[in-house]
Amino acid sequence: MEKFSYVNATSLEQVTSLLSESGWGEVMLIAGGTDLLAELKEYIETPKTLVNLKTLPGMDSIEADASGLKIGALATVADIAMHPTIQHHYTVLSQAAGSVATPQIRNVGTLGGNLCQRPRCWYYRDESTDCLKKGGDICYAVDGLSKYHAILGGDPVYIVHPSDLAPALIALGASVKIVGPEGEKTMSLEEFFTLPAANPFRENVLEPNEIVVEVSVPAPKPNTKSFYLKAREKGAPDFALSSVAGVFEMDGKTCKTASIVLGGVAPAPWRSKEAEAAVTGKMIDESVSQQAGTDAVKDAEPLNDNMYKVTLTRNLVSRAAMMAAS
Amino acid sequence: MPEKDKKQGTNISRRNFLKGVGTGTVAATVAPSVLIGSEKAADAQAGDAIANATIELTINGKSYQVEVEARTTLLTVLRDGIDTGGNNIDLTGAKLICDRGECGGCTVMVDGKSVYACMMLAMDAQGKQLTTVEGLADGDDLHPVQEAFIQHDALMCGFCTPGFIVSSAALLNENANPTLEEIKVGLSGNTCRCGTYPFIFDAVKTASGKV
Repeated sequence: MEKFSYVNATSLEQVTSLLSESGWGEVMLIAGGTDLLAELKEYIETPKTLVNLKTLPGMDSIEADASGLKIGALATVADIAMHPTIQHHYTVLSQAAGSVATPQIRNVGTLGGNLCQRPRCWYYRDESTDCLKKGGDICYAVDGLSKYHAILGGDPVYIVHPSDLAPALIALGASVKIVGPEGEKTMSLEEFFTLPAANPFRENVLEPNEIVVEVSVPAPKPNTKSFYLKAREKGAPDFALSSVAGVFEMDGKTCKTASIVLGGVAPAPWRSKEAEAAVTGKMIDESVSQQAGTDAVKDAEPLNDNMYKVTLTRNLVSRAAMMAAS
Repeated sequence: MPEKDKKQGTNISRRNFLKGVGTGTVAATVAPSVLIGSEKAADAQAGDAIANATIELTINGKSYQVEVEARTTLLTVLRDGIDTGGNNIDLTGAKLICDRGECGGCTVMVDGKSVYACMMLAMDAQGKQLTTVEGLADGDDLHPVQEAFIQHDALMCGFCTPGFIVSSAALLNENANPTLEEIKVGLSGNTCRCGTYPFIFDAVKTASGKV
């Protein structure tokens, strides 16, 4: 790591003011640090100043009531995974949080950090590779090694978004509160993430002087079933090759509404309106669930090494639909 | 310009660039607000930028004063730190292996929870109760997990063992009687390249209910 100086945050106003002193990368935020320190050690980022958010009071709370959840950006992934109300009523979120990395990382990694973590692409993470995401000319995954890259929404940067929490939260209809120098704003978490066609350098719409402070989740409707299915290369902890966050409002075997969001296959969490349409209003059986899987990947454009993700994703979506009806 | 030359021209990494221009540039990177060097962290006003500071860490119940840079990790302090009295801290049980929060060799407990010491800044460990593998035994009385590792011969080369023992102790702190599946999940942040996992799981089962 290069040297940097360290500021213990005292207020959100101070944090946004420090961030406003420069553009991206000069002043950076640290909470759990499990992603950021790896980037610093690889010299992917060389900030002059880190602002420690952990000294901000009250931002690690998880509040649950009849209307829904409010989760502070500093809540740890472990706290989200183990929260009794989330386990009971927001199963998809609890399962997604429990699938993140390892106990040691879940114990310190935070909600805000998980949503704002940077891509795992091996070209992006390699110091000496000057790829498109880092201001270079090309995305090396297009003609290079692309086993873990995007099959949907890639052009022109084929990273995948690594967050497990994001697909689950989007499927639950979450919104995110952001604070900047001009005050706070709230937007749907789905709109928070962006594709490389809009901005190849970032994965979300945050400005350099803005910070994620809270995520709100509306309470699921009665008779809702939700799941997070995550395919990994091995049984041990890993990022998703493909994942499906499914939230299904059911009436017996009939699906009243469905929210299906894919992870690990696109540069942003990928809402599959096609798969949702295939199950909504239908009695879910084998053929309906298979149609949902097929529709979810009908626009997929795999690269040289990731054709397998099309089949994998199709089958995960089908399985999630079948689970909703069982 | 030929394609090859162009590529070389744009492929200078930031690390090599900074090495090339020497330390002057690095030293000139002043923080946006007040920069404090060699101050006690406690003396710095909240919100000040700290480049390096003398911090107090509580490790295995003992207090240590140590001067660190902001970028110094907890693992570096444990293994290579020198306290303000000139004594080596010398807690080398936590191992420096991957240095990227993947292998678990550096696992320590922070307020009773397992954490990778390589991925935590030393400054963030202030005010916490830190426990390393050296702090688990009570004098000559080994921790139940340590006893069970010996009983089950739960190691081969032994390099990962301190990390596994700390993770096992942290797991049993939270869940006194874990199932085999819960043991596997609880230890999933540690890697044993010798593949001694079945013996490790047996050892944790044996130590269950004794922590």
